This record gives sequence, structure tokens and C-alpha cells, in this order.
Amino acid sequence: MTTAEKRLGTVANYVDERTGAAGWMKKSLTKVFPDHWSFMLGEVCMYSFVILLLSGTFLTLWFDPSQREVVYEGVYEPLKGLKMSAAYASTLDISFEVRGGLLMRQIHHWAANIFMAAIVAHLLRVFFTGAFRKPREFNWILGILLVTLGLVEGLFGYSLPDDLLSGTGLRITSAIIQAIPLVGTYISFFLFGGAFPGVGFIPRIFTLHVLLIPGAFLAVITIHVMLVWYQKHTQFPGPGKTEKNVVGQPILPVYMAKAGGFFFIVFGITAFLGAVASINPIWLYGPYNPGQISAGSQPDWYMGWLDGLVRMAPPLETHAFGHTISWNILIPALIVPGILFTGMALYPFIESWITGDKREHHLLDRPRNVPNRTALGVMSITFVLISLINGGNDIFATVFDLSINQIMWFSRIAIFILPPLAFVITKRLCLSLQRADRDLVLHGRETGRLVRMPSGEFVEVHEEITPQERWTLTSHEQQPALELSETDSRGVRRPGGFKNKIRVRLSKAHAVSVPKVTAQELKEIEHH
Amino acid sequence: MKHLSRYRRHRAAAPLLLIIALLGIGTTFNVASATIKSTPNTFSRSAAIDEGKQIFLKGCSSCHGLNAEGGAIAPSLIGVGAASVDFQVGTGRMPMADMSTQAARKAPVYDARETAALAAYVASLAPGPAIPGDEVLNYERDGNTAEGGELFRNNCAMCHNFAGQGGALTQGKYAPTLMGVEPKYIYEALITGPQSMPVFSDKTLTPEEKLSVIKWIKAAEAEPNLGGATMGRIGPVTEGLLTWVLGLGLLIAVAVWLTTKAR
Repeated sequence: MTTAEKRLGTVANYVDERTGAAGWMKKSLTKVFPDHWSFMLGEVCMYSFVILLLSGTFLTLWFDPSQREVVYEGVYEPLKGLKMSAAYASTLDISFEVRGGLLMRQIHHWAANIFMAAIVAHLLRVFFTGAFRKPREFNWILGILLVTLGLVEGLFGYSLPDDLLSGTGLRITSAIIQAIPLVGTYISFFLFGGAFPGVGFIPRIFTLHVLLIPGAFLAVITIHVMLVWYQKHTQFPGPGKTEKNVVGQPILPVYMAKAGGFFFIVFGITAFLGAVASINPIWLYGPYNPGQISAGSQPDWYMGWLDGLVRMAPPLETHAFGHTISWNILIPALIVPGILFTGMALYPFIESWITGDKREHHLLDRPRNVPNRTALGVMSITFVLISLINGGNDIFATVFDLSINQIMWFSRIAIFILPPLAFVITKRLCLSLQRADRDLVLHGRETGRLVRMPSGEFVEVHEEITPQERWTLTSHEQQPALELSETDSRGVRRPGGFKNKIRVRLSKAHAVSVPKVTAQELKEIEHH
Repeated sequence: MKHLSRYRRHRAAAPLLLIIALLGIGTTFNVASATIKSTPNTFSRSAAIDEGKQIFLKGCSSCHGLNAEGGAIAPSLIGVGAASVDFQVGTGRMPMADMSTQAARKAPVYDARETAALAAYVASLAPGPAIPGDEVLNYERDGNTAEGGELFRNNCAMCHNFAGQGGALTQGKYAPTLMGVEPKYIYEALITGPQSMPVFSDKTLTPEEKLSVIKWIKAAEAEPNLGGATMGRIGPVTEGLLTWVLGLGLLIAVAVWLTTKAR
């Protein structure tokens, strides 16, 4: 043992005698994590959250969350002498007079955009690979909670500077709140402290934005990650990988080095964007004034699809008993996202009800092997993309020389037609890919090498795939559809006949697959 | 001359003569065209009206009518004033290239003299807004940037976007960008209300306020990109695009690189 090792040992011993950490550390530091690029999307979320905490703390040091009216006397000439809220004036000061302030603002905003994008990408990865299945259903729900928190946190964040664009967003927010039947107007009055824009909303959302929601985030992220730690990470199927093991790198040293390095890369890319690309140039928007609006007022991208849904809603209103129900806002801004998010949160339970599969799963699905789920995912993406495009309809109209009305009508029709179409196409594609896998296992890879046989016949040489590849392509299980008889063993009709009928039909649709190659078939091939 | 004629069969003679001839023609053309350019100062009002009428009959009357009374596809020009003609013809919007939803700005068909003649002819039909002179357009002296910004956000931003980048209107029409538009044309657009744009009379926006708006637009045009590349100054749509393409794109590329097995 060298002196350095001895010294380290003394320190470790000192800590261990007082905390008893050695046992836990020994177990944890050798914990194994599987390697795949898509498993790092969650890390991007976590690292951008850390960047958000750091840059956000910096911004709070100078930001004045008040709607008190002040006269701007700062350095930005085109706004000099104008009346504005202290929130807006202090954001201008952060941008132009605080050293590094604009860079920090831009890093904070880019990090928020990347945070949400990474969350969505991570969510899609978990969905398409079936990583939400037992025992990870709770963690899936926590993930949905994090998306929802992120949406609200982002909305509050870009609303704080009280510029013309963010004020326009708050105007719509208040309209959405008012669209809640019966209580909407009261809630809006309470939240805004009177009629819009009021004087209380910015200070209130400031407290929520910097204290309550980040606190909730920290708590939920901690549980989210601890559950991954406790339940162990899922892995893609492959030789040597089973439901009972985890194949990968131990956390020390390689994984830790990679993950630690990746944090700095995420920070670096975010800082790079903050340094070279302008985001939310509030000085150009001007101070908020309810009488003003700019052409092309859009929310940030993660709210854009909601804006797009509201933009495509036809003007439907009901007046009854002295109340107005604005269906044109209620349906696109509250009911549709409500259904989407509830459906997303419940999906693991819905799927296991359909398949009747109550077993634990630690091996991931290749998306093509579960065509129904993959098609449902692509269908949802299509729905959101159409909404998102309609959310930017005025920008698309000017950039691509189109009519805003045509884009709106396209979206109104496409939102009903394209998602189901995407479902059907994706399902067919998945089945085709399964068929291709089957061909690959049975006949090997086409080499493009033509050989002339002694008989004069030309054949293309097929190269056999490796046993490892063959394992990867055939190890998945193909669960048969549920069969529920209408009567029990004694011939008595079971309750819930209609429910069972639906369940059986869904299960049948879910189980549609190209039969994978069996061991028997492989043996026969080998004899040829 | 004898010593010159000795060289007439020299190798350099032909190219030299060609160069002299070209120089001669060029100089003559330059002098001649310079004389044409200087005429607008001297040609009289009635001569301009006559010339404008001739141009009008040739280039405009097929749509606007022989007496500018308008027709099924084009409005009457009686009373629109010289400012309207100067704006529409000077920015190349008229004559229209095609009957699409909106006349787009393009290279003008008529030169300054012809445009002035057309304006004089249309102005002679009935009184209307006149072309603002340089004295009127002194926005640097008479305008106020901050006030102009506030007026712009109150009156213009809902169509032309917060930074004057333009925006979409209904049915494929649009409010064009204001970047790079000459102050004279902005002023003329304000007082004549071309296409979908409303007229901003001197009661709605006083001449000083119009100049403030112009001064703010010019300030926005000259403003350096303080936060880095702006991607069009059109708000969060391009920011979202960059987030996914460059931000997440780069991060995924790095993740792929980090998880590649060493070979």
C-alpha cells in the first residue's frame, strides 16, 4: 500500500465509523447500468434541471417580481421614459446592465426549452419500449406528473418578465380559466387579484415559479430516480440479457465518468446556445399593455400545441341561465388535454388490462414487436404535431406563402383524419418490419453477390446472421390474445359480458403479429 | 499623315481602333443619358400631366379604365392622390405582375421620372394626399423613438409584428415587412392605406407621431442583434425549432457517441 492509499483509507474509515456508509457505498458503487443512447435522455432532463436551478437563482438576485408602475430610465434607448411594470424594467436591467445577465437569461430559457424537449423524448422512449410495464407503473405516473409540472413551470417562467408577448399569454391563460363553467370567473378574479391584468398575478406566479414548483420538482425527481435505482434500469433484449439480470457498466468508474462528463456537455451546449442564439428578446416586445398585441404571438413550443388546438376550434358558445359556456376554449384547452394526460397516466394499467399480463418486465420491447402500442404512440405524436403546426399557422402562412385560413381548415380536418391514418400505417410498418426480421433469421442477409451454379442457374448468396443477432431477433415473447369465455366452469353466465367482449376484441388487436421464427423452423433450415 | 499610315497594317491597329470607337460611343451615350436625367427639373407641370396620361393609357388603363374611373378588377384612381401613385408604382407593386391575393413589392417598372409623371396625372384628376417632401420627412429631427415604439405597438404591431417583420392576414394576404422600407413610402402608406392597410389620417396619428413611428422602425432596423442570432425576430416558433434540431439534436449525437462501444 502506498502512502496515498493509506491516507485515503484513514479518511474513509473515519467517515465510515461515523456514518456506516461503507456497506451501502460498496453495494451502490458497483451497481450496474446498461448502456444505450436513449437511456441518457433522462439524464439530459436532470442536468438541464440543475442548469435551470443554477441560472434561475442568479436571475432572482436582480428580478423584481412586482407589477408596480415605474418609468424606465435604463440604457435601452427605444424604451426610455416609458411607463412599465417593475418586473419588466428589472428584466431589461438584467439584460442590459447586469454583468452576464443577458447570457444567464438566455441560458435559463434555452435550458427550459431543452428540459421540456428532453422530457418529451424521454417519455416517448419509455413509452415505445414498454418500460412503463410492471413494476414501473408508479414511476410512469410520476413522469407524467413531471411533464405537467414542467408545462406549468415553463408557462409561469416566460410570463414573469411582463412583456407584450408574455402578457398576451396570460390573457389567454385567464380566458382559459374563465372558460371553466360556473366557477371560472371567480377563480380568475382570485388568481389575478381582480379583473385582468390585475396587480397580483406576477408576484404570485413568481413565488410558485421559484419556490413551490421547483420544490415539487426536486421531490418528484428524487423519487423518480430513486425508484429507477431501486427497481434497476431496464435493458434492451440481447444475448446474455434476461429478466433477472442487468448487463452494463458498474457505476464506478466508467459510468460515473461518462455521466459526469455528460453533465458538462449538456451545460456546454446550453451555454453555447445562450451565447450565440437570441431567445425571448423582451426588449423588442415592449412592456405589456392589454390594448396591444403583436402579429405572430406564440407561446413556447411545449405550449404551442394547446394554442394550436384553441386556434382551430370553431366559435361555439352556449348561453343558458345567465351563464356563458365557451366550448371553443373549454374543449381544446381543458377537456382535450385533460383526456390526453389522464389517458397517458393510465396507459400502463389499460395495457395490462388488455393483455392480461401481470408479470414483471425488465427487458424492453423493440417497438416493432408491439405494433398496437407503437401505432398508438405515433398516432398521438401526429395529433400533437398537427396542433403544433396550427399553433404557428401565421408564421407558416408568411414563411411558406400560404393562406392562414387554409392551414386552419387543413388542421381542423387533419386532426380527425391523420392520427387514425398514422395508426394504421404504423401498425402495417411494424408488421412489415417483423416480417423482415423473420426473413433475416430464416434466410440471412442478402449480400448482393451473384454466383453461377454448375447447372447454369444464378443465385444470390445469403450470409447467415450471427447467433447473437438471431437471439436478439427471436428472444421476445409473442403473447396470445386473451380468451374469456362468456360462461364460467359450471356453465353460468359471467358478469360483465359487454366489458369482456371489448377486452377480448382489444386484446386480439393488440396481439396481431407476424409469427416469429421457432426453434423447430430454425432446425429445419439448418438441415437444408 | 504618312508616318501614321505606315502603321495601318500593324497588329495593334485593329484592337486600338476598336477601343477608341467603344470609348467614343460610351462617352456619347453617357453625355446623352445625363441630359435626359436632368430634364425632370425643367419639365413643366402640364407637360408632366400629359406624359403621365400617355403612360397611364399604355400601362394602367386596361384595368383602371381609360379615365382612371376603375373597373371590375381595379379601383377608381380619382382622388387617390399623388402619394398613392408614388407608393404603389415606386415600390413596384403597380403595375401588378399577376392577379394574386396581394400586390407584392418588386423592382419598379417605371423610373423616377415616369412615376412622377403618373403621379402628376392622377393628382390632376381630383385632389388627394400629396407626396411628402424631404422637409416633411425629417424624422430624425421631429420624431421620438420611445413614443414611436409605443405608437407602433398600439397601431401597427398587430399586423406587422412587434419588430416590424410582417405577419399573416386572412385568406393569404399579409402585412409586409417594414425592414428596409424608405421613410417616404412608410409615410405614404400611412396616409393612403394601400391594400388591406387602414388610412392613418392626421387626426389618428399626427404628422409628428407618424415621424416617431418611422424613427422607431428605423431604430429597430439598425438595432444590432443584442442576444445573438435572432432567427427572424418572429417569436418562439423558430426558438422551438432550434431547441429540437440543434439543442436536442446535438445532445442525442453526444449520447450516441458516449454509448458507442470501443472497438
